[in-house]
Amino acid sequence: MNSVILRAGARLQVVLLLVFSAYMLLRGHNAPGGGFIGGLIAATGFVVYAIACGTADARKALRFDPGSIAGAGLGIALIAGLMAVFWGDALFTGQWLFIGATETEKGLPLSTVLVFDIGVYLVVLGAILSITFALEEAV
Amino acid sequence: MDTSTPTRWMTLAGLLPVVIAGSLFIWFAGMLPVIAAGDTLRFVWEWVPSLGVNVSFYIDGLSLTFALLITGIGALVMLYSARYLAGHVHQARFSLYLTSFMLAMIGLVISDNLLALFVFWELTTITSYLLIGFSHDTVKARRSALQALMMTGVGGLALLAGIILIGTTAGTFEMSEINAMPGVLTGSVMYLPIVLLVLAGAFTKSAQMPFHFWLPNAMAAPTPVSAYLHSATMVKAGVYLMARTHPSLAGTDFWLWTLTIAGAITMVFASVMALRQTDLKLALAYTTLMALGALTLLLGNESGYTITAAATFLIVHSLYKAALFLVVGILDAQTGTREAGKLFGMARAMPVTAAAAAVAALSMAGFPPFLGFIGKELKYAGAIAVASEPYLVAGAFLIASALMVAIAGIVSFRPFWSKSGAPIADVKEAPWPMLVGPVVLALLGAFFGIFPDTLATMLVNPTVASIVGSAEPAKELKLWAGVNLPLFLSIATFVLGFAIYAYKLKLRAILIDLTERSPKFDNGWDKLMAGIAAGSKALTRVIQTGVLYHYMVATFGTALAVLAVTLFFRSTGIPALGVPQVQLWDWLVFLLVLLGSILVLVTNSRITAIAGLGVVGIGMAMIFILYSAPDVAITQLLVETLVVVLFAAAALKLPSLTPEPLRKRWLDVIISVGLGIVTTVILLKVTTGPIDRELTTFFETASYPQAFGQNIVNVILVDFRALDTFGEIAVVLIAAISIFALLKSKPEEDKP
Repeated sequence: MNSVILRAGARLQVVLLLVFSAYMLLRGHNAPGGGFIGGLIAATGFVVYAIACGTADARKALRFDPGSIAGAGLGIALIAGLMAVFWGDALFTGQWLFIGATETEKGLPLSTVLVFDIGVYLVVLGAILSITFALEEAV
Repeated sequence: MDTSTPTRWMTLAGLLPVVIAGSLFIWFAGMLPVIAAGDTLRFVWEWVPSLGVNVSFYIDGLSLTFALLITGIGALVMLYSARYLAGHVHQARFSLYLTSFMLAMIGLVISDNLLALFVFWELTTITSYLLIGFSHDTVKARRSALQALMMTGVGGLALLAGIILIGTTAGTFEMSEINAMPGVLTGSVMYLPIVLLVLAGAFTKSAQMPFHFWLPNAMAAPTPVSAYLHSATMVKAGVYLMARTHPSLAGTDFWLWTLTIAGAITMVFASVMALRQTDLKLALAYTTLMALGALTLLLGNESGYTITAAATFLIVHSLYKAALFLVVGILDAQTGTREAGKLFGMARAMPVTAAAAAVAALSMAGFPPFLGFIGKELKYAGAIAVASEPYLVAGAFLIASALMVAIAGIVSFRPFWSKSGAPIADVKEAPWPMLVGPVVLALLGAFFGIFPDTLATMLVNPTVASIVGSAEPAKELKLWAGVNLPLFLSIATFVLGFAIYAYKLKLRAILIDLTERSPKFDNGWDKLMAGIAAGSKALTRVIQTGVLYHYMVATFGTALAVLAVTLFFRSTGIPALGVPQVQLWDWLVFLLVLLGSILVLVTNSRITAIAGLGVVGIGMAMIFILYSAPDVAITQLLVETLVVVLFAAAALKLPSLTPEPLRKRWLDVIISVGLGIVTTVILLKVTTGPIDRELTTFFETASYPQAFGQNIVNVILVDFRALDTFGEIAVVLIAAISIFALLKSKPEEDKP
């Protein structure tokens, strides 16, 4: 699709959607969002970009092969699940660390659960994009 | 493989396997005193306790004999290969395969748990496949590798079924426990299926008739592999299995006759076929088959004589056969041929090889004072003691042993000492790493022949004890057992053997003529494979038409049938129909969804149809929002958006829709209307009952205190049920890979 307006718009919105997807990913534990939704949003951005500017440009913008992104995501999720073993818990038990926690303040919460969610995000993003790009290149 | 040019052979890839095998040999040898004293060793780790699967190792005489053969011959063969394959591009790969095979084989013989044994069994099959197909650029090697994999793989599956039956019948998978319960299997109703399945595994692995043909083909592998896998170790895995299960499966007429008949036929057939071969390596391959047949036959019985004969012959055969294979490998490497008709009088050029070959061949032919003589005497003594038909069995042994004498001459006398032809000029002796193996193995055969008591107390007696279940003591191993029937049979063997050797060329011509005229097993195999391929192609054409419409009809038609039938037979009463109490908003959404569906039905444009479907999806998302499920709603919206974008990309390139009139699409109408009605009825019935809120309450109360999250949906996904999510994203990835492969592959031309 050769449209200057779409191309210009797509460049802008891919940035916005990526930021938004990160926001949705991070807030997911306490508000609507999460890795799955975040991954979908990010994927939408790149899909539109691919339609506007072609898959070659979109692949370049993504920097990594979508299949590798998905594979890395699965690996990250697995590692996050396996981390529980170091604390002697059953596999895939969430582990939490509250940085700077005091009596009243909860501090900055870090968890393997978030790492797991990042893995989900990457799998969804990579899987959708590898399908879309292949489809775009096939038709 | 030209060993005359000096190549750097002391590489890590070549020597590391030797070190591994050698260390393991020393480790196992350290257990000899314990085993010789009549004790056993057992190590257990729980693996899948809920299924009774343990990693348990059990070392008794039988395991230790095999383990020592595997590691000892392994070390020698690996030293040999380090030189044999020096400078080969894939030498490191070869070493890896061979070492993996050795470890799998050790695992097989020391596993006590039958399921663990099965895993190792399959690992030996796979490594054997890789090794036979090592020269993967030749069609023959690839075909032979696949054939071996198929044969032993199918047998392995049968074995797994047999093992599961054994486990359910005996209540445990630990072989040492099963063998300690006499009659638990022989007395069970499942005995026949168990024996059939276990023997299917053993016979395919140990190449008994009619599953024998993969073994001669497996000679496509490099010679060290043939010496190690297809002579000394892997093909004996079936023999090991029969010996290991002997205490709990033997003792019935079925066992006795099956093993006797299969073993006898294999033995006689193989020894005759060995005489037919002109390729020395193939001749050795058939003599290996003969040995496997003999071992099977002997294991059919229970008397101390026959089992002692089996245990001794097992060791004898491994020693001399590995040595002879390595000798043929040397001949091949130094002269460039393995044809019996081209090799004469090479002893002057290769004195050490010739000496090793002579000693090993004398053991094979069964001359005193070599171990082979004791093995042969015991075989005759065992044959006379068999419970089936002593005369026939002894006769079969006589024919086979006489042929062994002749073949020993063909393989190791003629190429080195015969003056019937001119020796090949400019041939050098092999380098020392290749000579160590044959020399050591041949000398061991001589050593144990002169001092049989050492072998008897260390290995044979404990092995016999573990095969017969320790009730009956083993028979003595002696060079001179007095003037008796076995001695006369031995003399007859030599006379007959020399006669066959004298007339070998005429006999071979007759045999070649005969085999040329008779149907070949290999052709049958090819036909079978072609039949299976054609059958699966036909089946695929029926169930995988490639037309999306057919899949949709099958999927939704099945769903309708299953739901409607269940509803008809299982439900009571018709749900109360009435206008439900819903808000104005709900009606608006309902109207939107309805309009979207109608649009899909009537339009001719793909883009419009996709937009219509998008409307339906967005309507659903709105319902999710109205009933406060924002996460689901967001996901639904995003997926709908993506689907529309994706389809739009593809739809631009596709022709417009040409829907047929509804009266021609009566099947679609029935399915869609039917599914709609059935789903509605089910939903109405579900909503009339009380809703169980137990899970909801649990997650509502536990989400924040336990998982520090207020978004329950997300907390369930990433924390409470993270393992499920992990499975799901794995599925997403697999789906993506499959779609990617589909899109990137070119459609195959369908041959008529």
